[in-house]
Amino acid sequence: MNAQTSIEHPPTTRKRERLVVIGNGMAGCRAVEEVLERDAERYAITIIGAEPRVNYDRIMLSPVLAGDKTFDEIVINSAEWYADNGIELLSGDPVQQIDRDAKTVTSQSGKVVAYDKLLIATGSDPFIIPVPGKDLNGVITFRDLDDVEKMLAAAAGGGEAVVIGGGLLGLEAAHGLTLRGMKVTVIHLMPTLMERQLDEAAGYLLKQELERRGQTILTGANTKQILGADGHVAAVELEDGMRIKADIVVMAVGIRPATSLANTAGLECERGIVVNDQMVTSDPDVLAVGECVQHRGQCYGLVAPLWEMCRALADQLTDTDSAYEGSVTSTKLKVSGIDVFSAGDFSGGEGCEDIVMRDAARGVYKRLVIKDDKIIGAVLYGDTADGSWYFDQLRKEADISDIREGLIFGQAFTTGGALADPSEAVAALSDDAEICGCNGVSKGRIVQTIAAGAHTIDALRASCKASASCGSCTDTCEALLSLTLGDQYGGERTVKTMCKCTSFGHDDVRRLIFEKELKAIPEVMQELHWTTPEGCSSCRPAFNYYLLCAWPGEYEDDQKSRFVNERLHANIQKDGTYSVVPRMWGGVTNPTELRAIADVVEKYNAPLVKVTGGQRLDIFGIKKEDLPAVWADLNAAGMVSGHAYGKSLRTVKTCVGSEWCRFGTQDSTGLGIKIERMTWGSWMPHKFKIAVSGCPRNCAEATIKDFGVVCVESGYELHIGGNGGIKVRATDLLCKVETEEEALDYCAALIQLYREDAHYLERTAPWLERKGLDWIKAELLDDPQSVPVLAARFRYSQQFMQDDPWERRAKGERRDLHAHLGEIRPFNLEIA
Amino acid sequence: MMTQDARWIDIGLASHIEPGTARTLPVQGGEEIAVFRTMRGEVYALVNKCPHKHGPLSQGIIHGDSVSCPLHNWRISLRSGEALGEDKGCTPTIPIKLDGGRIYISRKEALAGSRAEA
Repeated sequence: MNAQTSIEHPPTTRKRERLVVIGNGMAGCRAVEEVLERDAERYAITIIGAEPRVNYDRIMLSPVLAGDKTFDEIVINSAEWYADNGIELLSGDPVQQIDRDAKTVTSQSGKVVAYDKLLIATGSDPFIIPVPGKDLNGVITFRDLDDVEKMLAAAAGGGEAVVIGGGLLGLEAAHGLTLRGMKVTVIHLMPTLMERQLDEAAGYLLKQELERRGQTILTGANTKQILGADGHVAAVELEDGMRIKADIVVMAVGIRPATSLANTAGLECERGIVVNDQMVTSDPDVLAVGECVQHRGQCYGLVAPLWEMCRALADQLTDTDSAYEGSVTSTKLKVSGIDVFSAGDFSGGEGCEDIVMRDAARGVYKRLVIKDDKIIGAVLYGDTADGSWYFDQLRKEADISDIREGLIFGQAFTTGGALADPSEAVAALSDDAEICGCNGVSKGRIVQTIAAGAHTIDALRASCKASASCGSCTDTCEALLSLTLGDQYGGERTVKTMCKCTSFGHDDVRRLIFEKELKAIPEVMQELHWTTPEGCSSCRPAFNYYLLCAWPGEYEDDQKSRFVNERLHANIQKDGTYSVVPRMWGGVTNPTELRAIADVVEKYNAPLVKVTGGQRLDIFGIKKEDLPAVWADLNAAGMVSGHAYGKSLRTVKTCVGSEWCRFGTQDSTGLGIKIERMTWGSWMPHKFKIAVSGCPRNCAEATIKDFGVVCVESGYELHIGGNGGIKVRATDLLCKVETEEEALDYCAALIQLYREDAHYLERTAPWLERKGLDWIKAELLDDPQSVPVLAARFRYSQQFMQDDPWERRAKGERRDLHAHLGEIRPFNLEIA
Repeated sequence: MMTQDARWIDIGLASHIEPGTARTLPVQGGEEIAVFRTMRGEVYALVNKCPHKHGPLSQGIIHGDSVSCPLHNWRISLRSGEALGEDKGCTPTIPIKLDGGRIYISRKEALAGSRAEA
């Protein structure tokens, strides 16, 4: 990089200038090495360090903890180095004060050292979260050798360790302590481990792997306090009340630049000590380097930038022009057997595109972020072989447009000549090459199947099973279709894909969630090779529903993947306020309910209260922060959520039936209420409306509902698939039953069939037309066991759903979704 | 709770916003602000109005560094406030900085709409 400059600056005979370095760490010593390399004669150098030992490689503390290395192996500069280079080392005696006027520093023991040039390399301090108990014995940070020794001493007795912080350092500490025989729990505030280096997908894979190794990983966990016994740590308590036993607590939540010395001396500091491109602070005779500095707004906590800074700094100290222009960094986790790599900026942004490759079988996730035909970021999990090559392309800002097609497969693929064109690569494969690993289908077999008439990917899947399981060979199969059929292959898949994140259709996704027992959204994305890191606003809500439907009682609803109405349990209106519809069972109400509604309307100044088409009352104009209080008032009158906002059971509309009406044949109101009591609270692919009419005059309009009952003298006609929306569709008759019990069972069974089969956001009318009435009838009526089995699955699921969400919110659950973060009052305007 | 500073207003701990969600910050006499926290923990602030029909962006689904408006599903960049894809429009952004786990919002832009010209 920088040529040696000792020729231009020959040793002088004049008195040496005095260079004093505060900090005997990696940055301070490296800076000195760089200076010596350029001009060994120029400075009389003194290094003052707080730790009572020579300089060592701090990033290798993790291997020391894990037992892979000894301290002697990580020493960078031995005592001889200081002696040989005439460097005075004052170790174990931290600098207490800088006097910039006198140009001296004073150490703890009172030693005063004069300087011509001062270099501050104080590094960083571990950040201690300000929780009760942080000062107890046994609370350790992970910063220097003393910390490692404390951890090793604790681990010698086995026991349990809690590591607070699931970043690079925390995970390395956890790994070391696990290897040393402790039972380790990692507490991480964010939902994703190493969220600064990894995205959600890679973080999820890492979490799974660490859990396989016996660590307990708690993400989204906020430490409330550290509990002690006799002055020593005993347990960690989380915000949610959970307690974890702990013999030691390692605090590894992050670092902050150590600026206090510089700050007290009046040097300009923000997050770090502010330096220019020559590493000079606001005082021209004081320089700073390493983790304590802030350069162009950035602070670094990694080692690579430090080397680059030291070069610019040494040039400056030896009167050579050069500039440090900031660093692009890459990270590797030092945990044996786990390959994680990340570099650059992968947070997305304007004009960025993602290339994502997932290989579920090998546990690989690769993501490249491309902008203006250049790689700007990379995250690799499971296969990091190409990490340094990608990082190289990134730093060189190489134009990748020519190799883009195969880029994600790595260096070997993109520079492999003929293989650069994927279709040529497929053509070049031998006939016995296995294409579909899941079902063991060879290229020859696929080509034969295509020749025999399977001209679409779906036909291929149906006839030879290729691409029918995980789907990762779909692209290869499509390439074979196109190679074999030439122009005859339209290339169009007959299945509409779920969204732009995938080539899978809804049916594939639903089937695979079940077959592969996928139970979390990141897991579905990984196993189904999602091409985006976090999905989109189309697939996320669909996944949430599919998982909720597939694993009742087991899957934890992801509120972040719900549309606003389902997240706030009310209907958003065009002005951003909400409308609230309490449930009125079967459309029947009473004075208490009406009074409570009237009171809410007055108390919250609701500008409109309206009778809905579903026989209930809709209160408009409620602010999101008032919703819990409104619900508390409605709950007090015995009312629960009407789910008027959900892809869920909405209302059961009824007429008065045989109790009052002279034409009524059955108790339609009573049956409607029973049906609503059975079905309320259930989540569906789309909204679902039911009605019960007491006679064929059909006053409840049951024949334009998703499920309609028309009572007749001899029993109950059950109708399905009606819709009164944009495209009016009258129901089809499913069957006729004789008793209320049967009507209830058929209703539950039909709903469950719809829940398990329809695509997300597909109403029953288009679902019925897509599947055909005959299919639905066959599913429900052919086997006498179908209805009871489906109805039982519905009722099982309902035991987890029939829990009034309003009541939980009114009692304070998820207050953050309703309350403002704060309020800004501009009473104190600054003078511009 | 909120400290006074010439340039920045302390609006509290970042941990008060669950990653992947947003919270609101009304400005007396001005435009309500939506403060977003992505799954990766980055924090952004926008005027809480979609450029399309003024839907409250704070209530949208957040994915990556964009949010889908709850009213008509316009996708808005959290970084620039620009509508993404085919749609055209822009929502003002408000500079944010994070320090010691706390969020600071730029006073000037936060109050931009509310200045009764003192």
